[in-house]
Formats: sequence, structure tokens, C-alpha cells
Amino acid sequence: MEKILEVNDLHVSFDTFAGEVQAVRGVNFHLNKGETLAIVGESGSGKSVTSKAVMRLIPNPPGRIKEGEIKFGDRDLAQLSEKEMQKIRGSEISMIFQDPMTSLNPTMTIGKQIMEGLVKHQNMSKSEAKERAVELLKLVGIPNAEGRVNEFPHQFSGGMRQRVVIAIALACNPRVLIADEPTTALDVTIQAQILELLNDLQEKMGTSIIFITHDLGVVANIADRVAVMYAGKIVETGTVDEIFYNPQHPYTWGLLGSMPSLDSTDEELIAIPGSPPDLLDPPKGDAFAPRNPYAMKIDTEMEPPLFKISDTHYAATWLLHEKAPKVEPPGAIKKRMQGMAPSEPIIGAKDGGKNV
Amino acid sequence: MSSQEKLLEIKNLKQHFKVGKSTVKAVDGLTFDIYKGETFGLVGESGCGKSTTGRTIIRLYDATDGEVRFNGEDVHGKKSAKELKKFNQKMQMIFQDPYASLNPRMTVSDIIAEGIDIHGLSTSKKARMDKVVDLLETVGLNKEHANRYPHEFSGGQRQRIGIARALAVDPEFIIADEPISALDVSIQAQVVNLMKKLQREKGLTYLFIAHDLSMVKYISDRIGVMYRGQIVELAESEELYRNPLHPYTQSLLSAIPLPDPEYERSRKRKVYDPEKHLPKDGEERVLREVMEGHWIACTEEEYQKYQVTI
Repeated sequence: MEKILEVNDLHVSFDTFAGEVQAVRGVNFHLNKGETLAIVGESGSGKSVTSKAVMRLIPNPPGRIKEGEIKFGDRDLAQLSEKEMQKIRGSEISMIFQDPMTSLNPTMTIGKQIMEGLVKHQNMSKSEAKERAVELLKLVGIPNAEGRVNEFPHQFSGGMRQRVVIAIALACNPRVLIADEPTTALDVTIQAQILELLNDLQEKMGTSIIFITHDLGVVANIADRVAVMYAGKIVETGTVDEIFYNPQHPYTWGLLGSMPSLDSTDEELIAIPGSPPDLLDPPKGDAFAPRNPYAMKIDTEMEPPLFKISDTHYAATWLLHEKAPKVEPPGAIKKRMQGMAPSEPIIGAKDGGKNV
Repeated sequence: MSSQEKLLEIKNLKQHFKVGKSTVKAVDGLTFDIYKGETFGLVGESGCGKSTTGRTIIRLYDATDGEVRFNGEDVHGKKSAKELKKFNQKMQMIFQDPYASLNPRMTVSDIIAEGIDIHGLSTSKKARMDKVVDLLETVGLNKEHANRYPHEFSGGQRQRIGIARALAVDPEFIIADEPISALDVSIQAQVVNLMKKLQREKGLTYLFIAHDLSMVKYISDRIGVMYRGQIVELAESEELYRNPLHPYTQSLLSAIPLPDPEYERSRKRKVYDPEKHLPKDGEERVLREVMEGHWIACTEEEYQKYQVTI
């Protein structure tokens, strides 16, 4: 499998009056060609900052990429100049944001907004670009594209606007698409349409997608692989089946347990007690320890490394250490793992190597 | 459900807004009851009128038409200040945005005690403070928090303050308008568990308004599905999820992504097209009970069909 993007030991910090906020604290991941990697986590876990760092969209000051490399082909994006980066943004890597209401320019027709990138990156003439803009609008499923290309954002509904944003992002056939909570502001039925569209476009164009979300339902729908983030680190990563049917990190258990399943009735939701740590002063050891009912003494002293569960599945928890006591995930999670699990063996068997 | 006593009866409630020359019929003829001690969930997509319904019931808007009876008493229409005060004490609201719904210039104790002061529920300063501390502990905060300001709290904690404020005047009925949509998943579960616990302990009745169907299903005893200002289906929550009959409910349910990759790979989404679902010769759909406790907006003909298929 060809790795299209590789992030190694990324650290991003923000300098504030109160001190240095360590938003991302050593993140490693890679993105394979043609796959969708979902980054999951709560607000403040560093998932958006990570993706913005890849695009080099961290405002400096106050933010800065402290350490690490972002390998895209043979280039290290962390080292490029702003001018070189501008050539990559929008043409080779592009981004979709959460709020389609604010990510479009209200004073420009949507046609002009789609054409911008085409004229700049692909040296198209205006008439060529306009033709392509109409094509793109058709591709993302906007009816009457010829007419609507001359309309303004306020004339579109939320779901249609997000389609326009996707059209802009895909205009130059990027190799990587970063979608930062693209469906969070939308209704469920519209969300379902946008997810179908992204799945469909990926099949047609072979784009690799980094999908950032906090909704595990959406993850199950769209992801090939999943990275779970907590307090600026990736705590568990694996294929979508491994994360949902064989989760190993107590934080992943907590996330899964705090969502009610539709067929269950009376079980109490497993809330994760407390709230995420302050990254001004990250705790020593495992950052999740204070909220972790399975925490051991070592969790407050040393940070757990990533333990290998399979070739694709890693989790950073001391529970996986050979000397750790064997613990069982909470009953509701176990039920979920068994009740909904596929009948075949779980690890690695499901996707025919597609995700490896 | 603990009892079948009606706490709230809503009859043909309408809320129309004038926008320039046209009228937006945000809520257009709602009729439903809420029983004592239950949680009634109201779901629908943005713009369907679910929040307007909640706000109209508690008189944040004056209803255009219709009746709201609380404990058998009509609470809308002209009221004396005293009557209003009594009503305001019995019915409270929790809002969606815990950042916007707390006054940033007031301390937490003043926010929580505002209702106590207005209704004269405490006799001394000490009694007032004791009540505040008690409420803070009920919602999982502690007395050190009383003298702080809202900006010092996280979203989940603020929502707890909002709940404590609602509880301060010992209400019977709480309208929760998307109380968890602004919170993180793990915090959502904390707040929902808290609301369930309070309901058990205090015998509260909830109207739970939300667009997140899986959470609504989890917390509600009965659910009403709203579409374009009207309830299109109403049933006990298990029944609604097992046996959705209205095509709009079916499309809404089939659109929810679940945290189960196997299920997601095979999920087929149903699309609701209101144009194709227009009743023949302009007959209006009304809510009819097709099974005990299961109501659907349908025409006479459709009603007959439902009877056959069930």
C-alpha cells in the first residue's frame, strides 16, 4: 500500500498569555492512497489542530509547529515556505470545513469561487474554468448546475452549500482531502447525503481522505482506518473493524459506551467521568489516567508507549503490558462487541487487506 | 410510565410568524399530551418547529392559536401577574447553548438563586445559600463553585449549572431544548445520566427536544416526530423505532449512522419525497391512532390501509 502522507512526531503549540498550550504532543500517523482515515476525539483533543498543521494553516503567532515532519511525497510540508505551500493548498491537498455558512464568500457567485482555484493552479482560461465549474456542480449533485453557477451562497441551503464547498475542494483533483467535521452542522438526512457523496466521489476519483469527527456513527460509515485522539496524542489506531469490535484503550471504550445503541433499552450510558486535561500543563504519565477507572500506579508516572495488537492495530495503554492485570471492558461494550460483531474472526480478516 | 395522568395537554397549538408580507407557519396545529413522570421526546430536523413548540408552551412566544393545559388549567391567554408567577415556577426550561444561556456577569450562586429570589422561596441568606449548595451537589458540582463566574466552567459544567437553575424553584415540568447538542459525546452521556437520575428522584416530567434520534430514543418514553410544523407520528419510543410507519419517520431513522461498521456497510437509506407523498384530492392528513398509543398523520384511506397491514 502506497503511503501518500506521513506525519511523524508532530508537536504543535500555541503561545498564550497563560503559557504554552501543547495542543498536539507527538502525533504519528500515515494516510494510504485511496483510503479514508478518520480522526476521532473530543473538542480540544487536537484533531483539528493536527489537520490544520498538515495544511500549514496554524496562524503564527500564536501557533507554531514545534517539531516533527509531515511527509507528502518527497517533500516535508513542515519545512516549506509559504509560497511553496500555496501551490499545494487547494491543488494537491484541500480542505472542507465544518460550517458551510461561513466557509464561502457571501459576495462572490459560487461559480467564481470554484473557478478561483482552477485559474490559479491549473492556468485555465475563464471560459474553460466556468465549464469545469458546471461539471463539478453536477458531480456533487447540484440540480440545474448551469443556472445555479451564477448564484450566491445565500441562495443555497446548508446541505447544498456543503456540496459547493466540496466542489471547490475537489476542483483541482487533489490527492488528499481533509474534511474537518463536514457534517456536524447538518441535519441527519442531509448528513447522510453528504457522506454518500464523499464515498461516491472517493470511488470515482481515488482521493485519500482524512475525516475529522467526534461522531462514531459517522466513523463507522465512512472510515477504513481510525485514529482516536486524546489530549494531543493518538491513543489507539486500527482498522474500523478493529476499533469498533476489538477496542483496547479505555478511552475508546468510554467513547463507544457513551453512545446509546438503538436496539438497547435500559442500560445506563457509560459516561467518562470528569473532563479532558488542561494542555497548558499536561499531566505526567498517561493523560487519561484521572478519568480512567482502570488506571494503575504506573499511569501516573510513565506515559504508555503504543502496544502492538496486530499489524494495523496499536493502542497506548499500560493495560496491554504483559505484566498488567487482565481487565475486561465494561459489560455494555462487550455486549456491543459480541452482539454486533461479524461472525468471522475479528482481526484483519474483514477487509481483504484493503486497509493494510 | 408510572401513571397515565395527564400533566400537559396541548390542543391545536399554532405559532405563526409574520415575515414581511408572508406568514411562516412554524407550528401548525399540534395536539398531544404529556403524562406525569414521563419523558416526551420531540424530534425533527432544523426548521421543523420543535424548538418553537417548546418556547411557545412555556410562553416565551404568545401562541397564535390553540390551548395549553397544565394540570387541567389553561395557562395561556390573559393571566394576572400572580397566576403567571405560579405557572413560571412549575415549568422551567434548559437551553441548548450553555455558553449563551448563563449571564456572564453573575456568579453561579446568583444565577441559580435568581428563581428562588423571585419566588421568595427562601427566608434567610443562609437558607438561600444552603439551597444553592444543595443544588450544586445534586448536579455534581460542589460548593466551591458557587462564587465563580460562568466563564470558569466547561460546557458540560455550564449545562449542569443550567439544570441546577431550572431545579431551583422545584418545578414539575422541564422543557429541555437540545440540552446536549453543544456538548462532547462523553459529556453528553454524563448530562443525560444526570437528567435520568433527577427524574427518578424528583418525579420530574420532561419535554426533551432534540435532533439526535439515538439519544432521544434512549431518554424518552414516548416520541413525537415533527415535520413542517406538524406531528407526523407519535408512539412509545420502542414501538417507534421497531415499527416506524410514516415514510418521513422511516427516512429519518434510516439516515442515522450507527457505531457499527457491519451495519453501516449494509444500511440502505430511504428517501422521503414530500411531493410524492401528497394526499389525493387535497384531503388533509390528521393524526389517527392506528394501534394503541401509535398515532400517524394520515388520510382516511391510508388509515384503512394501516389497519390492514397491522
